[in-house]
Amino acid sequence: MKKKVLFIAVATLIFWACSSDGDNSDPDPIDPIEFDRKAMLVNITDNIIIPAYQDFDLKIDAFKVSFEAFSTNPTVTALNTVREGWFTAYKTWQHVSMFEIGPAETLDFRLNMNIYPADDEKIEGYISSGDYNLALASNRDAKGFPALDYLFYGLADTDEAIIEVYAGEDGSKYLAYVAALLNDMETMTETVLSEWENGYGATFVANDGASATASVDRFVNDYIFYFEKFLRAGKMGIPLGVFSGTPSVGHLEAFYSDGNSKTLFLEGLLAVQNLFNGQYYGTQGEGPGLASYLDVLNSVKDGEDLAQAINDQINVARTAVQALGNFKDEIVNNTPPENMLNAYDEVQRIVPLLKVDMVSAMNIHIDFVDADGD
Amino acid sequence: MNPKIRTYLKANAQAAPLAVFRIFFGLMMVISIIRFWYNGWIEKLYIAPKFFFSYYGFEWIRPLGNFTYLLFILCGVSAFFVALGYKYRIAILVFFLSFTYIELMDKTTYLNHYYFVSILSFLMLFLPANAYFSVDALKNKTIAYDRIPRWCIDILKLLLCMVYFYAGLAKLNSDWLFDAMPLKIWLPSKFDVPLLGDFLQQSWSHYTFSWAGMLYDLMIPFLLLYRRTRWLAFGLVVVFHLLTRVLFPIGMFPYIMIVSALIFFDADLHHRILKVVGRIISIDKTRFDTGRTLRFSSRYKKWAMPVIGVFFVVQLLLPWRYLVYPGELFWTEEGYRFSWRVMLMEKAGYAQFKVVDGKSKKWFYVDNSDFLTPFQEKQMATQPDFILQYAKFLAKNFKKQGHGNLEIYVESYVALNGRKSTSFINPDVNLLTFKDSFESKTFILPFHDTIKGL
Repeated sequence: MKKKVLFIAVATLIFWACSSDGDNSDPDPIDPIEFDRKAMLVNITDNIIIPAYQDFDLKIDAFKVSFEAFSTNPTVTALNTVREGWFTAYKTWQHVSMFEIGPAETLDFRLNMNIYPADDEKIEGYISSGDYNLALASNRDAKGFPALDYLFYGLADTDEAIIEVYAGEDGSKYLAYVAALLNDMETMTETVLSEWENGYGATFVANDGASATASVDRFVNDYIFYFEKFLRAGKMGIPLGVFSGTPSVGHLEAFYSDGNSKTLFLEGLLAVQNLFNGQYYGTQGEGPGLASYLDVLNSVKDGEDLAQAINDQINVARTAVQALGNFKDEIVNNTPPENMLNAYDEVQRIVPLLKVDMVSAMNIHIDFVDADGD
Repeated sequence: MNPKIRTYLKANAQAAPLAVFRIFFGLMMVISIIRFWYNGWIEKLYIAPKFFFSYYGFEWIRPLGNFTYLLFILCGVSAFFVALGYKYRIAILVFFLSFTYIELMDKTTYLNHYYFVSILSFLMLFLPANAYFSVDALKNKTIAYDRIPRWCIDILKLLLCMVYFYAGLAKLNSDWLFDAMPLKIWLPSKFDVPLLGDFLQQSWSHYTFSWAGMLYDLMIPFLLLYRRTRWLAFGLVVVFHLLTRVLFPIGMFPYIMIVSALIFFDADLHHRILKVVGRIISIDKTRFDTGRTLRFSSRYKKWAMPVIGVFFVVQLLLPWRYLVYPGELFWTEEGYRFSWRVMLMEKAGYAQFKVVDGKSKKWFYVDNSDFLTPFQEKQMATQPDFILQYAKFLAKNFKKQGHGNLEIYVESYVALNGRKSTSFINPDVNLLTFKDSFESKTFILPFHDTIKGL
């Protein structure tokens, strides 16, 4: 008897929980949330991440070719071509830097490619001794884009003087070191790209659940982390001294090649915005991204248009940064660097929108906090 | 004393339900402790962090470094002894103290159900839970009884009823009932739950879950107390808690509540359970059927009864303390904890601290990840008492580093139940000018909406 009652109770509850309560109770039916997380992951993988890595790989190759020309005949013209190759690759880097997941994470790709400031003394030491191991974690500040920034811009005050270094007595040692750095970058890039193309891309898309370790949750966490730590703090905040109280131009990205820091920042900001909007890399077109996810959630919640608010704030930040002179001048010539600090504030305003509003709306689990809730 | 009360206090009941309760409670706690350890949470929550958020008035309670593991061992072993009913008095005391100590180490990890375990074990200090089916009763016939004062079982029921009922009252607010918040945010993200996943995307399911949850919490105490609906109620308990287990990261709590609800049944059921348990561990249950009835000494009653009475008065009043604070409870969280407010808010925040030298006006921002774990940062950003505590900690830390004339400001944003984030703490006030206390915190900015209801 009691078992029967229990059974009926359970059955009723399940029926009740699973049955629709009809038309009468809901005069204004709201569309169900039909956002397909998997489709977003597919779009991000196939139309953004992989094309971006492919392009980056090409840019590294082109850079390498220009360097080979330079090493056979180091002239100012060839130097400028190499610099162009370097800068083009560096700009493309800003579109892949944020994807520190999967193979890139295993490899510590970002830290191996772009730790700045570069340690010029260490670099000079390695060049003169010819004895170094680029695979060591302790040597990350002697390689990657920042080391090349030093080697193409920082060796001397004028281009002619730089050429003299490469054409001089120790020239072959310098060329060998640059070649080693380029090989290192190329190998890592190819590893990451090939893993994304062969297997990891599918793994990433398949992990489409909702938990602290699901792709969307991890990805959004990494995305916000990149924005806060590497774009906002790394490229602007730390050189501005907002975390230390003292500005430090030495901490600028591309410190030796004056005007580039700002361009690289803007490129990074664009990459962040494109990913947010699900904008394809390199071609026209948009697929499901974080913005469309928010739009769908919003239609249910009937709240403010968060995706619009985030895009607006990114645009405001971009305009503010574009209006600045080059970062080094802003910091060196102004005490305090009022204009750049104001622009930083606009960049900063994006953080709570992403970290509070977006995370909350999507119910994203904060990184690896898997403790119980109540 | 009222003669009715006097008769009630003299009435006795079978000891078996309390014995079953003790056994299951003890085992659940053993499993909880092992699970906590196994998940690496001791290291992650109590050893790795550099700073811990103490409870006001309990600043002296801190994690013990590597000895924290010992504390957990102590807690687990005492829980096992409680289950066995071996040296019960000492075991339950050690359990209560060690468990409560653990919970007081860092309020970042505060959960209502941990608090429930703490106060429940406090109450069990006063109960003769080892009178029946226990090692103590086997070893010492003089403390073996098969009947005990009835109130010993009823106060456990009372505590459970209170927890449910207050949890239900807390759901009587406009966010929960009319906006289906926060379930409207949480449930759709559970699209990968088998069978239910698709329903959880539908708006009506959010309302259904909200209202059903509220009705469940308010009604379940009565359905459990009333004999004719008891099995139905127990079925609901099982379904409700298993559902919450599936939908939310809620740990052991559902199982604890399910086995606790057994206390409402008549002793027959408990005798049957004990018979099965006895068969498994090959102890003849009839050895405990002594026919003796426990009567407390009047000396014991003289001090125990008032303590228990005060305990319940405090429990009944504590959830209402929020009424003496101005402002919206969900926003300020003044009087939020220890009140059975469970799963009521989706709250996220962001707090950026600015350290200013009051004389030179030089300033810099704090990188919270230098001092806090992501979990701590998340909790800190939405709770004013955490923010104040953290500001004081930062001041101490930077003073040590040689900074002078310190002033600390915070720019913070909080989003509550789907509302867009707005400023949370007044960014223009130096947090160091405030003292931590139970007084209302005037540095919290007002909430720009109203949540109606309790």
